[in-house]
Parts: sequence; structure tokens; C-alpha cells
Amino acid sequence: MKHIMTLNTRDMAASAKDGGCGECQTSCQSACKTSCGIANQNCEKNN
Amino acid sequence: MIHQYKLNGYNIVLDVYSASVHVTDDVAYDAIALLDAGRTREEARSEIARKYLGVQLNDTDGNPGETVTQEDIDDTFRDIDELIQDEKLFTEDVFQDKALDLKKRGTVVKALCLLVAHTCNLNCSYCFASQGKFDNKTGLMSFETGKRALDFLVENSGFRKNLEVDFFGGEPLVNFDVCKQLVAYARSIEKEKNKNFRFTLTTNGVNLTDEVIEWANKECYNVVLSLDGRKEVNDRFRVDKAGNGSYDKIVPNFQKLVKSRGGRGYYMRGTFTHYNTDFTKDIFHMADDLGFDELSMEPVVADPSSPSALTKEDLPVIFEQYEILAKDMIRRERAGHPITFYHYMINLEHGPCIYKRISGCGSGTEYMAVTAQGDLYPCHQFVGDETYKMGDIWNGVTNTELRDEFKLCNVYARHDCDNCWARLYCSGGCAANAYHATGDIHGTYEYGCEIFRKRIECALMIKAAEAEDAAQRQAAAQG
Repeated sequence: MKHIMTLNTRDMAASAKDGGCGECQTSCQSACKTSCGIANQNCEKNN
Repeated sequence: MIHQYKLNGYNIVLDVYSASVHVTDDVAYDAIALLDAGRTREEARSEIARKYLGVQLNDTDGNPGETVTQEDIDDTFRDIDELIQDEKLFTEDVFQDKALDLKKRGTVVKALCLLVAHTCNLNCSYCFASQGKFDNKTGLMSFETGKRALDFLVENSGFRKNLEVDFFGGEPLVNFDVCKQLVAYARSIEKEKNKNFRFTLTTNGVNLTDEVIEWANKECYNVVLSLDGRKEVNDRFRVDKAGNGSYDKIVPNFQKLVKSRGGRGYYMRGTFTHYNTDFTKDIFHMADDLGFDELSMEPVVADPSSPSALTKEDLPVIFEQYEILAKDMIRRERAGHPITFYHYMINLEHGPCIYKRISGCGSGTEYMAVTAQGDLYPCHQFVGDETYKMGDIWNGVTNTELRDEFKLCNVYARHDCDNCWARLYCSGGCAANAYHATGDIHGTYEYGCEIFRKRIECALMIKAAEAEDAAQRQAAAQG
């Protein structure tokens, strides 16, 4: 019996070291214009 | 911080600060909850044994599964300990200092929303921009003003290569010639300036001629096409000056554009109001009857006194709608005919870094709106409110105090968010929504938060389903 399946996710602690380049899309430019969702933004770096 | 919830047969555990997502059986789900509530290992182990030892569990489809043994319980706690050791469970917030780093960062501008037309050829009564007039400032942006805005963007963008420009309004295609000239100008300078302009067109579709479609499909990285769904829903608000509905005119235009778009990005973007809280019918209409597969549907931004405003009583209905949509998207994916819903796109592996998650949309710093007259505002939703005028494209940001206020307006500046599990998915939310709801950009628009949290729960559940499907395919392939 498998009790826990962990999805592949970006390492947040590591992203504190290699992130922050700012090249990703400004969230409000994509579709909604009325809320702040950043989770669906793609990183422009190959991490 | 841990957030746990059950949805569509999945037990989901989110470890907030590592952003790890775990899908568990009932035993692990309860064990994690007990540990999170402060029980010791032994207390938790005893409680789990009392509840589950010898009990037959159901699988995610509700079918009878295996019976829990002592070995299962031991394995579960071993798995939990491994996750803790790997810093994927019960992690602490180590990012607060990063918010201070943001304060020290130089300010570059990388995105502009150009209000090229403070006027519109529709007369939608729910429009937050007052049909583009933004509280009485009418007019079209001249090429010279737009050109200066692009130069301002380049001059203030530092080493950022990707620059975003959204043609917005009002209805930008009322001023199409200027949009066209501005793109041509940007293309003429981008190589020399080592920039990559990404244009977005947000349009109501009325003026989508063949020429516009060809231009948009060649030049625009993304197009946002406003349609509220079913004809009767769309035509309730999206009417012309004479009060005639726009559906019959715009739908064929949108279909033509999307058909010839060649796979480039687009969104059908609707608004739902108190009058169509059954908005999944509008999403499914756009997908099944009209053939669109990139969809977005936003709750209306309206004064609470407006009859179209969403109410507290609407919330359970809205939550149910989001669940219906999520489950149906899983069904479509499995059937090989997926659709995309903007708020359910969540990139777990290659998504935003912690800086992005803390700082959010960048309004007032990286992102600004430019009026037809060349004035700068923190974003399109502040346009017309003189308190929030930041400067203009000739003199730059002169209200630096305001810029600094926005620079520090991150998730850690909003104390309402301190105990919210979704804080690294919304960065504390939209400053404009907060301002309009509370009078303070550091506030929170709680109604929007409730909707946002529900959407993230649904989005993560879809990811859980995808992971389960992938695991099952892999197991089947291995015989």
C-alpha cells in the first residue's frame, strides 16, 4: 500500500538562490486583469 | 504551515513553504493532521491504530481497497519522517527576509498596459473602466505618446530582455492604426536595444477585421478575447450603444481569429456576475458549442450595491461551479480533448520562484498603466484616481513615495495573509482589489480570497488526478 504520493514541485528554497531574474510574465498581462494569480506563470529559466 | 483538504476522492496535503504537494491515503492524511495539531509521534500513532487497524480503505474512486495493517501504519510514519527530513513537510517560513531583499532591489519597468483608447464601441454596464472613460478622461492615444511610452519602457527596463505591452482600453481596436504603428516601431528598435517585445491585445471583438486578425496573429504574443459565454448571458451586459447584444457579431470574428492563430496563445475571457453564477455552462458553451479551448472566466469587479455584484450567498454556488469545472476538465483530459482554464493552470515544476511568489504582479513598480495622455498609474485599475497618479512618460515616475509603497506591498506586508495557506500562490492578492474593498492597498479583498483559495484547491486536485493517471499508466506499462 502506497500511503503518500508526492507530486514533483519546484524546490522553493533552491529558487531563493537561483530565482529572481524577473524575466517571467507580469501576471496581469495574461488574461484576468482583475486578480493576482502568479501560480500559473512559467519560469523563463530552465530550472 | 500545512493545508489539508479532500476533494473529488483525493486527500491533498500542501506544505506551504516548500510548496510541496502530497496526495495521501486516509491513514497518512489523518496522521499528518494529528502531528500538525501538536500530537507527539506516540499519541498520533496510537490514535491512528485505534481508528484504522484492520479497517478496509476505499480508493480514490470510492471502491473498497486494502485493509490497514500495523506495517502500513509503521510505513506511513516512516514516509512522513522521510518527507520532513527532505524538507517537504512541516517546513518553516524562511522567506520573510527575501521580502526585505525586494526592498533593496533596483526598480525596473518591464510591462506597460497602454490605454490606447479611452473609449469603447460597446457599452457594457459592468465595465470597471466605465466603458474606457476611466472617470471622465476620454480620448485616443497618439502615435507620438505611444512611441514615447515604448521608449520609456526600454529606458527603464535595465537588463530585462522580455518587455510586455498590452493594448487595452476602452477598446484598443478603436485606435488600431496606432497599435499597428507602435508594434512596427517596437520591432524596429528591439534588436538594437536587445529587447523582446511581447504584445497582448485585449479586445471585445467588434472591430476584428481580416486585417486586424492577420496583424494580431503575426504580432501578438497573446490575445484576450472578451466573451461572457452563452448568448443570453453575453448580451445581458455586452451591448452596443443602442443596446443591441454583441454575441452574433463577435463570435464569428473570434472563431476566425482563433482558427487562424496557428496555436499561438489566446484566451476567451468572460466575466460572471450575480446573474450567471452557473458560469460553467458558459465555459462549456464556449468549449463545446463554439470550439474554443483556452478559457478564462472572472468574477465581476463591481460595487457591492450593484445588482450584478456577487453576494455572500453566491459563494457556495460559485465553489460548486469550480468543482464541476475541475472534475469535467479531468474527464476531458482523459478523453483526449482537454481544455485550459486560466486559473487552473498551475505550473508546479517550472513555475514561479520564491521572489515572484512574494512580490506578485509588480503593479506600480515593474508594471504600470499609461493613459492616452501619457500619465502613469500603478495599473489599469487605478487609472482616473488622481491620488494614484505616479508621473508621466516624459518625466518618469515622479511620485517615488507611491512607487516605494507599491514596491513594499508584498505578501509579508499584508498581515491578513499571515495565516493563509494560499499566500504564496497569490502573493497577497491584487492591490487594486484591496484598495477598492478596504481603502488600503495593504488590505485584502476577502471575497476574492475565498474564490482564489477554492480555485487553487481545484487546480491542485487536477494535478493530483494527472499524477495518479500517470502512475497508473506507468504501472500498466510495467505489466
